[in-house]
Amino acid sequence: MNKLKTYPQWFLFLPLAIYVVFFLSPGLLGVFYSLTDWNARSMGDINFVGLKNFREIFSADENYSQGIFNTLRFTVISNIVKLVPALLLAIMLQKGLRGRNFYRTILYLPSILPFLIIGLTFKSILNFNTGLLNTTLEFLQLDFLKQKWLTDLDVVWFSIYGVDAWRGIGYVMTIFLAGLNAIPNSYYEAADIDGANFLQKLRYITLPMLSGSIMINLVFGITYGLKVFDIIYILTNGGPGHATQVVTTYAYQLYANGRYGMSTALNTILFLITMAVGIIIVKVMSKQEVQQ
Amino acid sequence: MKQPWPQRLIKQIVCIVLSLIVIMPFYMVVINSFKTKGESARMALTLPSEWQFSNYSIVIEQGKLVQGFSNSLLYAVLSTSIALLGCAMAAFVLSRKRTKFNVFIYYFVLCGLFFPVNYVTLVKVLQTFKVANTRAGLIIAFTSSMIPFCLFVIRNFMSSVPVELDEAAVIDGAGPIRLFFSIILPLLKPIMVTAFILQFMGVWNDFMTPLYLSSSSKMWPMNLAVYNFFGKMASYWNYVFADIVLTILPVIIVYLIGQKYIVGGLTSGAVKE
Repeated sequence: MNKLKTYPQWFLFLPLAIYVVFFLSPGLLGVFYSLTDWNARSMGDINFVGLKNFREIFSADENYSQGIFNTLRFTVISNIVKLVPALLLAIMLQKGLRGRNFYRTILYLPSILPFLIIGLTFKSILNFNTGLLNTTLEFLQLDFLKQKWLTDLDVVWFSIYGVDAWRGIGYVMTIFLAGLNAIPNSYYEAADIDGANFLQKLRYITLPMLSGSIMINLVFGITYGLKVFDIIYILTNGGPGHATQVVTTYAYQLYANGRYGMSTALNTILFLITMAVGIIIVKVMSKQEVQQ
Repeated sequence: MKQPWPQRLIKQIVCIVLSLIVIMPFYMVVINSFKTKGESARMALTLPSEWQFSNYSIVIEQGKLVQGFSNSLLYAVLSTSIALLGCAMAAFVLSRKRTKFNVFIYYFVLCGLFFPVNYVTLVKVLQTFKVANTRAGLIIAFTSSMIPFCLFVIRNFMSSVPVELDEAAVIDGAGPIRLFFSIILPLLKPIMVTAFILQFMGVWNDFMTPLYLSSSSKMWPMNLAVYNFFGKMASYWNYVFADIVLTILPVIIVYLIGQKYIVGGLTSGAVKE
């Protein structure tokens, strides 16, 4: 069979062209424009300014570096907050539970909804005076737990992590469940005969056998965390003050103010961070493929 | 091996509590969408004293929901179809002819799974092609951002389609186009359905892309229509909630119908075989 004829190379053309022109080239162009003073008023008159934008981003007078730090912290914490409970839930839901399919359907439901809707709904739930959360706490006589969920500097991040977990745990759990179902039951039976306890089984059977699912969840979770925008933009719009600004919300703000050069500079930093993370992940994945 | 009953009871209680935490916000939104302005502002969980069905007709009229709905549908169907068909053809060649170049191309596109889209320069590129601020531009943007994922899952699935089929078809005199469309594509149906649903919902839920790329309200998908409606009507929670119900209804219906495909698609590739 003639491979050249059966599998023509032009089949690659359409997706590759769209990907390169409309996805990759904006990213690379962004690196170039981040070195210019491009803004809403510079009609075609764009000047090269070197690293000036980056100096402004990292200067101590500005808050942008805090935004970069917030993005990284969100990526780490939001993943821990979702992955650990989701794993325990998946183990719990996996077998011997009546109505588990019903629970799975319910718990997965939030992750199919638009962030916009979740954001608006939780804006009302977290309202200090009338919101569902505070009125429920009052009803349960737990008034001391009442908080200004979205305006108090000390709790606003907890609210964001909470809403994010409300949406994301079901998704992470579903992937873990698929991984758990692929572990042969005989492994656990053998461990039971040897008298292993729950933690030992978790450590020596479940976790190693789940490495594929953990990997997928980490990849999705990390890339999602680095690119987070919707939920923060809608819940707090970066406030109170600049407390919850992340890279993408700053970039949108700068874009809306017509400071395109600065906006692309921030995007470029994000691009470089994700590229570094992405290259590591793809390397690990391609290594796994060779081993298989 | 059956678990002792206290353990089962605790599990049930945990699951019921968690399900309630998920359902409560939905219940609150639905119930308050039927109340008057004053009553809904209190956001109580009680039934409305008077059912205000007119909230919905007001929202549909003022929230530009019909237009938003048709825009969302157009964007989601077209961009997903283009990306899926193109990626299926590409994945076919990339999977069957693993030359060094093709393997490189695969990982090259795969990197796109991680990159953020640079919308500011994307606007510039779209201007070059004279499609900035048009529906076509938005569809291209959606398509381009889903290519890495589609290529990834379809190529993974392609390995399970036996090569012998290709050989048989070629011996019978089929050309590449015939081979692909009448033999390979029908066999890809499971993964195509899954990827279609996932990406369809991805476009439906996307907020950032239209926020950057559509300035005229005629182009707004449902999401953006709701957001602007909220901006205008922030104190009319009854309308906002009615708007929310109408927006999530199609998504929930698609989810309940396509549930098994969604879960199947999530887990393809997550499990080592």
